[in-house]
Amino acid sequence: MSTTNWNLEPSLESTAVVQLKDQYELFINGKWLAPQAKKYFATINPSDESHLSNIAWATVADVDLAVKAARNAYENVWSKLSGAERGKYLFRIARLMQEKARELAVLETLDGGKPIKESRDIDIPLACNHFFYYAGWADKLQEAFAGQPITSLGVAGQITPWNFPLLMLAWKIAPALACGNTVVLKPAETTSLTALKFAEICQEAGLPAGVVNIITGYGDTGAALVVHPDVNKIAFTGSTAVGKQIQKACIGTDKKLTLELGGKSANIILEDAPIDQAVEGVINAIFYNQGHVCCAGSRLYVQESIATQVIEKLKFRLQSIYVGNPLDKNTDIGAINSKKQLETIEKYISIGREEGAEIYQPTCQLPSKGYYCLPTLFTDVAQSARIAQEEIFGPVLAIQTFRSIDEVLQKANNSPYGLAAGVWTDKGARIFGLSSQLQAGVVWANTYNKFDPASPFGGYKESGFGREGGMHGLSAYLKITN
Amino acid sequence: MEILKTYKLYIGGQFPRTESGRSYQIQSESGQAIANACLGSKKDIRNAVQAARKAQAGWAAKSAFNRSQIIYRIAEMLETRKGQFIEELVLLGHSNPAAVAEVQSSIDRCIYYAGWADKYQALSSSVNPVSSPHFNFSVPEPMGVIGVVACQETALIGFISQILPLIVGGNSVVVIANTKQPLSAVTFAEVLASSDVPGGVVNILTGKVAEMLPTLAGHMDVNALSLAKIEDHLFRNAQEAAIDNLKRCQLYSLNYINPKNQGLHFITDFQEIKTTWHPIEQVASGIGGY
Repeated sequence: MSTTNWNLEPSLESTAVVQLKDQYELFINGKWLAPQAKKYFATINPSDESHLSNIAWATVADVDLAVKAARNAYENVWSKLSGAERGKYLFRIARLMQEKARELAVLETLDGGKPIKESRDIDIPLACNHFFYYAGWADKLQEAFAGQPITSLGVAGQITPWNFPLLMLAWKIAPALACGNTVVLKPAETTSLTALKFAEICQEAGLPAGVVNIITGYGDTGAALVVHPDVNKIAFTGSTAVGKQIQKACIGTDKKLTLELGGKSANIILEDAPIDQAVEGVINAIFYNQGHVCCAGSRLYVQESIATQVIEKLKFRLQSIYVGNPLDKNTDIGAINSKKQLETIEKYISIGREEGAEIYQPTCQLPSKGYYCLPTLFTDVAQSARIAQEEIFGPVLAIQTFRSIDEVLQKANNSPYGLAAGVWTDKGARIFGLSSQLQAGVVWANTYNKFDPASPFGGYKESGFGREGGMHGLSAYLKITN
Repeated sequence: MEILKTYKLYIGGQFPRTESGRSYQIQSESGQAIANACLGSKKDIRNAVQAARKAQAGWAAKSAFNRSQIIYRIAEMLETRKGQFIEELVLLGHSNPAAVAEVQSSIDRCIYYAGWADKYQALSSSVNPVSSPHFNFSVPEPMGVIGVVACQETALIGFISQILPLIVGGNSVVVIANTKQPLSAVTFAEVLASSDVPGGVVNILTGKVAEMLPTLAGHMDVNALSLAKIEDHLFRNAQEAAIDNLKRCQLYSLNYINPKNQGLHFITDFQEIKTTWHPIEQVASGIGGY
């Protein structure tokens, strides 16, 4: 097998479209407010470790102010509007987001490190579409719950992760507002910028003050939001460990809770699968967004008869993956989101070696500054290995083989997680047989990592509960009142 | 001389005594001894969860139509034993009209949920019009094994209203019955045993909630909990124990005699939604649909 060094001419996306402020405040009740403790934290560009801006760090008092604003807006404005009127605001927000799509994409890439081709072609369009999708639900909610009277919940506290910052904001805010709730949202500390830009969009759209409040900060800010007694709903996307803390904090309250947590999703290739398509699918499943994807296909199961062939093709394909500056349009794998995450991934790579698995990484030059990780394959992985059981959240694939379908079903389901799964086979009946047995909220058959506002997403088991997207996503923000 | 019946547990389709070899006396409101019931233990809970897990996949794999028939059969069996259920309720201290009303409501509820078995899927599933050339659909699937603390205020209607929507949806259940009034639950087990519900789908234990619930709530092979109103600290501890494997918890405090407290969402509360994607090939010059 030949190895190639790809020396592509850089094709950098311009950052001229983005005007960063030196400092960002909290967005509460339609206004920009300085945090009461006067504390700020730095946000950096993970691709070169350069300083981008300073972000307000909200404390308990700020969170309280934001919840009060949301409560006031809920009681006096938002819950009194008709669904049709709420929908119009959402449509307007969606349109404004579309008009600022390139700015949002560049901002997302600068702040989070994801390749510009992904933020430009996937994250931002999907986020806009999510608002368009739920805008249309706002005046049709009762139709989705035939015979079951429904009502909005009140104030929703929402906490989003750093892997798809604006998209996860859209997944949270769009259905919440469509269903008649107001929100206080806390973005992840490493990726606040697009959420703050979104706050500007809300202002521009003329959204009534207090309907959307954005409070930035670390875990302590999120915790203050979770325990606030006047919050009616908590929606969290993040790690299973934090999700469990949140579930515990909500005991004894009437807070409705949805959790979208971790995963260790199995991607299964059967011997009759179209091999080249499957190999491309595996690459997309694990290396998309640097592997910072809760539903990443991080466990690959290949039927024994084709294992050698598949692994050889994967190794060959790895040589043509372009790791580098996320703003370069050629880049396939951008920067790891933070130093801390890079250390976690590196820790797991050494665990994989120590566990006796065989490692493969392509030869490739990484930028000298910034946080980068080579795409990594592990073969000869035991089912009990930590790299096959624990979520790594990086570009690291654990490959195992299997002989029978019974065996692979057992292995695939042998995980505390149950977010997603992939199945590659040419046989339709087998797809349905397998997909109905896999304990996962999303099954991609002969494809992987596809998302759409109309498609419900969420996990089984310790991957969380509740669904986001589609008609089913409405249930997270409404209650049935008998 | 009257013979006091001893009510046993119902686990895996069998009527074992508790492995702990203990029992407690069931008394009427006036304090008169009516019967003895097993004082279930932690080990009984573990045995019941095992039986429930073993039975669940087979139950879920039965056709929805068949599950409907089987649950309708429960209603028929209840009807035949109506007299016994009313008598037991009266023995516990219910007035005769109240007992008749509760048993009749329970039969009606069985018929109501029997009818849902092959319909809730249509109403809670969707074909999703995604923007890419994929066929995408979402369907409900049973959560698996559900731990239940039955209503502690009613003897029969609460119990039935809690478990039927769970088994209609293909789940299996481990139920801790009403501690003070367990007779109807155990008599209901006799109904189940003579209907066509496979052993292990419904498992019923009598005894103290405080003793058995921690094991049930913390059991790693239980997927969800349906909890009726119980003492605050038990309630809280159960929810904390449930976090280990992220059990879905539903807390109900309802007046089940009221027919408003039946409905589709009691079924979907214990369903997961699975979404499946598959590419659509563009064939010939035709343009794909869905």
